[in-house]
Amino acid sequence: MSDPLAGPGWLLGAAAPSDFFRDRSDGGCIQENKLFCPDWAIDNIDRYTDPTLQHLVLVFSAVAAGFLIAFGLAVLAHRHRALSSPFLAATGVLYTIPSIAFFFLLLPITGRGALTAIIALTAFTLQIIFRNITTGLRNVPPEVTEAARGVGLTPKQILWRVEIPLAMPEIIAGLRVATVSTVALATLAVFANGGGLGAEIVSGSNITFKTGIIIAGSIAILMAITFDALLLLTGRLLAPWKRVEA
Amino acid sequence: MSAGPPAQTDRDDASGDRSSGNESTATPVRYEEVSKRYPGADHDAVHRLSLEVPAGEICVLVGPSGCGKTTAMRMVNRTVEMTSGEIFIGDRSVRQGDAAELRREIGYVIQQIGLFPHRTIAENIGTVPSLLGWKQAEIEQRVEKLLELIGLDPEFGDRYPSQLSGGQQQRVGVARALAVDPPVMLMDEPFGAIDPINRSRLQNEFLRLQAELGKTVLFVTHDVDEAIKMGDRIAVLRKGGEVAQFATPTELLMEPADDFVEDFVGADRALKRLALMRVKDASLWKAPICLAGDPTGPVRSDLAGAEVPHALLVDSGRRPLGWLSERDLAAPQVPSRPDTPADPLIDADSILRDGLATLLQSGSQYAPVVDGNGRLGGVLSVEIVADFLSSGEAAESELAAVDRPHE
Amino acid sequence: MIPTPVAALGLFGEAFQFVFQGQEAATGGVTVGGTGQVLDLAGKQLEVTLLALAVSIVLALPVGVFLGHHGKGEFVAVSAGNAGRAIPELALIALMAAAVGVGLFNLVVALAILGIPPILTNAFVGIRQVDRVSVEAARGMGMTDGEIIRKVELPLAVPTIMGGVRTSAINIIATATIAPLAGILTLGDFIISRNVYGDAGVLAGAILVALMALALELTLAGVQWKLTSPGLRIRRAE
Repeated sequence: MSDPLAGPGWLLGAAAPSDFFRDRSDGGCIQENKLFCPDWAIDNIDRYTDPTLQHLVLVFSAVAAGFLIAFGLAVLAHRHRALSSPFLAATGVLYTIPSIAFFFLLLPITGRGALTAIIALTAFTLQIIFRNITTGLRNVPPEVTEAARGVGLTPKQILWRVEIPLAMPEIIAGLRVATVSTVALATLAVFANGGGLGAEIVSGSNITFKTGIIIAGSIAILMAITFDALLLLTGRLLAPWKRVEA
Repeated sequence: MSAGPPAQTDRDDASGDRSSGNESTATPVRYEEVSKRYPGADHDAVHRLSLEVPAGEICVLVGPSGCGKTTAMRMVNRTVEMTSGEIFIGDRSVRQGDAAELRREIGYVIQQIGLFPHRTIAENIGTVPSLLGWKQAEIEQRVEKLLELIGLDPEFGDRYPSQLSGGQQQRVGVARALAVDPPVMLMDEPFGAIDPINRSRLQNEFLRLQAELGKTVLFVTHDVDEAIKMGDRIAVLRKGGEVAQFATPTELLMEPADDFVEDFVGADRALKRLALMRVKDASLWKAPICLAGDPTGPVRSDLAGAEVPHALLVDSGRRPLGWLSERDLAAPQVPSRPDTPADPLIDADSILRDGLATLLQSGSQYAPVVDGNGRLGGVLSVEIVADFLSSGEAAESELAAVDRPHE
Repeated sequence: MIPTPVAALGLFGEAFQFVFQGQEAATGGVTVGGTGQVLDLAGKQLEVTLLALAVSIVLALPVGVFLGHHGKGEFVAVSAGNAGRAIPELALIALMAAAVGVGLFNLVVALAILGIPPILTNAFVGIRQVDRVSVEAARGMGMTDGEIIRKVELPLAVPTIMGGVRTSAINIIATATIAPLAGILTLGDFIISRNVYGDAGVLAGAILVALMALALELTLAGVQWKLTSPGLRIRRAE
């Protein structure tokens, strides 16, 4: 780490924690920067607790907000078909703008921090969720809604008691895609000073520290798999008549 | 026959004209001990099937579901490969050579039609010619001719399948199968997905086409009525692809080979004979006809002693316009708009069964019978059909009529 | 120095100026930004993106189409899409740079790893979803496997396949923004190297990256429209 501009260590101007390379008799694994140093990993695993929790908060907030907004949009679009296209186009633009660019487009408005990251990630999830909810609602067989109307349910009751439950498999499928993608994308939140596991990849003094990258990356992947499995399970509970497909 | 002569279009002339030039000669199809066993099955789907379909005839394979009729048909173009035996088209075994090349020489129509949604009607019809490397101009010419043959306006060539009705799509499916004028056609429940009214119309159209083209056709259906209407010969298959009876429609109705066939053909065999006769071949009745503006006096006197106790208003081309009521006749002159419309009109080429059905559905006692140009050929009544069935004429005229639709 | 109307726009005005005129580096001395550097970096980002997208298509499309045509490997093809989404882009680029090395080739490999799964999955699903009746009719009329793929399955699968290509392109161009971490300077350099370009440079970079991604997406949507038979568009409209 001679010249700060030579490596991306300058990235966020953060100084290396003094204990980053704690000397262990690990045969110089750390000094040689081998692909993976298990001793270091065992010794330092607790430093990943906070970033993991931050990451969880980022993902959960973004997906939850994304779901609420997309759900509202989808219900509106279901009621007024003409709104479907503009909503799809608008959420499409938000989906297309790379999150990392989105962080800094928000810079003059929300500055840096977790909020900025959450807004950008939320924007990313909207289209995935919106698309799946509308598809799910549209795929409800017309004879079912017809029958519901026949037994005297109001449009509101039909939506909540018939259409949404039947659309649940698609809704869950959308949530799975959105959640898994957001877990991966949230590693970029570090660039917005939003914390998360990305901070363990690019912060500190060295982006070339392989063991650190692998640990942070693995936690992110594990988190994605866990969320995916949990949602899959939720889907089966909410729509027991149908296997939820990816 | 006291009715006016039904305007009989001479089909023999027409077929002579068109087929002489560029239609290929039909070829017989022969099954020899053909068996098919699907992997993992413990019975043959088709067991030692032997069958000869003479050139230029429609052979219907009919039977309950699971009888192997579709499998038997599909082995001809090797969309199902036989386990043992041989199928010959002419002298050539279908096993010789490449399956894809074989299929290009055999017309193929399936129930779901299978038009390519991404290609225009013209491109759909031109599929096989383009696979065979025809020049674009040749393909266009052929497509135009086929569109005309199936009675679609040339402008349909530029449309896409989704812009056509089900019946139109099925016509295009037939045209596509005819594209390279194959001597043999395979038709797998071709009209199965069409509503009953259009179905009967398409069946008539195909028979009219076949009268011109004289293809060797293998036609699969589960519907006995369709088999009787369409087939020159019918092979009734039972489970395991065994032939229970291979006979003309008349033989099948008069002398079912065994209980299975009798059961399959149904208890209403007598009624089914109505499928063997065309409306125009029945002893149609004659109604007094008149033109708008005629004095009503002579019309009233014509009515006395007429077979049909109502007068029919026609135009100068003998096309029926409507029935005259008592009120119409009370006027000094025949009005141009009579009280009762002429509907329903019955196609002279349709079979007696369909004519009767039309008549019964409409609730009217009489219906004018018209030819392809809409010209009046006579009047059909329920009594005519009843007489036909009870007079014993049924049996005789059946034998005479059976081959007529396909000549 | 800054004209008043531009100054009124605040940071956006500065970003605007950064793009068209450049400014002194925050680290002092040299001038950074300006159309020259912007075009340079934008060109690089486009080059890297298109290269990686091309590699992804060349590798994933034939495999997906082959598997879809034969109806084999559904688990692999669908899992690839699911697994691909779970790869953290940042960790992938960082690990690739640290463990394999920096440079264009390695970057393109890393980006292609992100680009391949959506195309593979969508090609498989797209081909698989083609109406079996169309395929049966094609086979019955004497099309060979190759002809069925080229003349029937691919044209009918265009919307789904292009959906995969577009997802893939968005992933790649977004990730190409952090390519400077792997030693290739793209527009992302304005964003990442805030200490050099300042907030104006960061915002300018963000705007440029966003516009570029939208332009790419629009272009690919246009390509899809061009490749989709009008017959399918009519069916959709109904």
